[in-house]
Amino acid sequence: MKVLTKKNIMILIAIVITYVVVQVLISTGIIDSFYEITIATICINIILAVSLNLVTGFTGQFSLGHAGFMSIGAYVCAIINLQMNSTTGLLIGIVSGAISAAVVGIIIGIPTLRLKGDYLAIATLGMAEIIRVIFLNMEITNGAAGLNGIPRFTNWLWLFFFTTASILLINNFINSSQGRACISIREDEIAAEAMGINTTRYKVMAFAVGAFFAGVAGALYSSYFYFIKPNIFGFQKSVDILVIVVLGGMGSVTGSVIAAILLAVLTTFLQSYSEVRMIVYALLLVVIMLFRPQGLMGTKEISDMFKFGKKSSKVK
Amino acid sequence: MEQFLQQMVNGISLGSIYALIALGYTMVYGIIKLINFAHGDVYMIGAYVGFAVTTYANLGFFPALIISMASCAVLGIVVERIAYKPLRNSSRIAVLITAIGVSLLLEYVMMFFVGAEVRSYPKLLSDKAINLGNIVINMQQVYIVVTSVVLMIILQFIVNKTKIGKSMRAVSADKDAAQLMGIKVDKTISFTFAIGSALAGAGGVLVGIYYNSIDPLMGVMPGLKAFVAAVFGGIGSIPGAMIGGLSIGVMETLVSGYGNSMYRDAAVFAFLIIILILKPSGLLGKNTKEKV
Amino acid sequence: MSLLSVEKLTKSFGGLTAVSNVNMYVEKGELVGLIGPNGAGKTTLFNLLTGVYVPTTGSIKLDLNGSVKELGGLKPYNVTKAGLARTFQNIRLFKDLTVMDNIRIAMHQNIDYKLPAAFLRFNKFYKEEERMLEEADKLLDIFHLSNKKGELAKNLPYGEQRHLEIIRALATKPSILLLDEPAAGMNPNETKNLTDTIAQIRKEFDLTVMLIEHDMSLVMKICERIYVLDYGMMIASGIPSEVRANKRVIEAYLGEDVSDASNKKS
Repeated sequence: MKVLTKKNIMILIAIVITYVVVQVLISTGIIDSFYEITIATICINIILAVSLNLVTGFTGQFSLGHAGFMSIGAYVCAIINLQMNSTTGLLIGIVSGAISAAVVGIIIGIPTLRLKGDYLAIATLGMAEIIRVIFLNMEITNGAAGLNGIPRFTNWLWLFFFTTASILLINNFINSSQGRACISIREDEIAAEAMGINTTRYKVMAFAVGAFFAGVAGALYSSYFYFIKPNIFGFQKSVDILVIVVLGGMGSVTGSVIAAILLAVLTTFLQSYSEVRMIVYALLLVVIMLFRPQGLMGTKEISDMFKFGKKSSKVK
Repeated sequence: MEQFLQQMVNGISLGSIYALIALGYTMVYGIIKLINFAHGDVYMIGAYVGFAVTTYANLGFFPALIISMASCAVLGIVVERIAYKPLRNSSRIAVLITAIGVSLLLEYVMMFFVGAEVRSYPKLLSDKAINLGNIVINMQQVYIVVTSVVLMIILQFIVNKTKIGKSMRAVSADKDAAQLMGIKVDKTISFTFAIGSALAGAGGVLVGIYYNSIDPLMGVMPGLKAFVAAVFGGIGSIPGAMIGGLSIGVMETLVSGYGNSMYRDAAVFAFLIIILILKPSGLLGKNTKEKV
Repeated sequence: MSLLSVEKLTKSFGGLTAVSNVNMYVEKGELVGLIGPNGAGKTTLFNLLTGVYVPTTGSIKLDLNGSVKELGGLKPYNVTKAGLARTFQNIRLFKDLTVMDNIRIAMHQNIDYKLPAAFLRFNKFYKEEERMLEEADKLLDIFHLSNKKGELAKNLPYGEQRHLEIIRALATKPSILLLDEPAAGMNPNETKNLTDTIAQIRKEFDLTVMLIEHDMSLVMKICERIYVLDYGMMIASGIPSEVRANKRVIEAYLGEDVSDASNKKS
């Protein structure tokens, strides 16, 4: 059985330990409700960043509209959950939210992904703005006031489960043949086509997968924070997600996870100074691009580091 | 019909402001292939400079316009030197991310110092109305259009008739070849930023007067729309930016006038996406394709 | 019918006709050369064959054991699927990826698992991935690059990068291999190596090869038949000795180059 390799067992143990430790800290009150919010933010941001990384870091398609997909997941889940006030409702909401986001991703992706670089960035930004304006004007979404009193079934278990599942699934995708096809588009689109890769198809695929998980993140957001309005999901939010991806390293899942944690901690400390927080964010972007454009991790993953460790021990 | 003409008048005055901002985008893009996200914020700073010199120094419209343009020109050069020049050989994505960073930086540093609240602009121009039949033209609108047109004529003169204008055209056609021909590329790029930012500064003062209110985030939406205008006209083309600006201004007032003003911004972006898909090079732009 | 037959193929860009009314065929198993002065339209012709450009008029037909397929106007990836693989004049490897990944990407069109298997790691995923690794290892073995499979493509020496491009093209399992100036920038030693490689892959993979080349001595030595393009028109074709003796060819192109080449040799 391939599945029970040493590596996979190690991963499983690490996952269980992380879950249990945090759960114990929450139950004993060491992590109070204030820090619990930070943990929720970290989980949601990890899903957002890893999914945007798939689109921007791995496939090389610069998207400035990730918050748009997040908002679709958030609204669909909230509306369903408001109708079906139960954990089943939440589960249906998350799945429907994610699927709706992916479908919109495909619809948006097919025409816009023909564009490249800066133009694609602007087009995705425009798409996200259009989505926002639509939510702003719809009755079922309650316009600018947003939806309030969404049932809050999401807890650490839900957050942890969906975050881990998102990371694992996206990681599996990246390390599959389809994932390599996506990466080849980032490397050289013309060569990729010459190697038999339908670049449009794989760009849209990456975009849809990215949108799907952004939808999951949005759904969890609406459930955990029980209040959403269109302006939460503006350009600013897309930039927030981009900052995480860039800081962690475009093309590194590990980097996105680390950066999401770092920035959430930073934000918690700067909570009462929102302008300073944005100045720090802005400076981070500029300084990273000037001095370390590859971000914290570059395209390295945590598994590469272990491999490296093995190799050097062999040399000894 | 009268309502239509009235909307056209409003659209043209709004559009000429967009055109002023769009020119900066198009010139910078033409020369270093960068969507200068911070451009909309330069325009915001221009509005604040105008506000400061008129409120605290009691200067009139023209001195305020000139001072604001000069300050923005300096700001443009500084931003280019510090943030963009070191990245001249980096990937496009890196420079674009830096531009987003600079944009946020300008917005929130400004917010830190002047606060997030909306301020009302001093009344610099008479708002006497001229009635042509049932169409009302505000004197402010006349000033806005006239100022924009004069600035655009000066710009056309600089680009087409002066030595520095020739350098600008040369650098935007081929930076390396221009360098070999002895053109000082860095100086030319700085000059381009200076001119583009000065125009944005002028736009800021005009918008302050027109809407009578300014705030640190006022540059975001008009900045994006001016970019849409530049793309529509054909990015890199100066006449294209003017036509694009006017078209977007008119389109916006028509959507608000006849449709739902809530959908105004969405309409502009939908329009952008349609252009990008149908004719990505815009009205007057050149088409380029990668060689295999 | 020949394996590949090109009929009355024309491509114009605005007013400029880059390839004009070209007729050409390639038989199964042949090694055909395409030569011509700079700007004669050789690469444009390659780009037409591989789907980068859409022909203005004319047809490109591929006959695989009786099933005939029109290639003109197909997207590049569909041309590759149909059985034409290429290399590029200026190397276009996936520079920041490993040698192994470069090859595996080219194998993508032949994998046999779908998206759910990729996400959820069904058994099929592992089976297919293993098969890919084995096949890639085999290819690397033939070219003596096995010890470099973990290296980034950009870190290989120039000659090996050219080789890797050929391996990558082979990994798509083509019927015809198109090589765009494979010896460009190589020293005589590397060129000799390349010649051996081409001979070897023809034998091992039962492959038809067509190449564009500037190195006259190479073309004359290894090609069985040669086509000559000048100003977008096919001005001559035949076995090397015929082409060498053709007056129009000498006038258009060889006149200066052949004497140059022979001068260099002597």
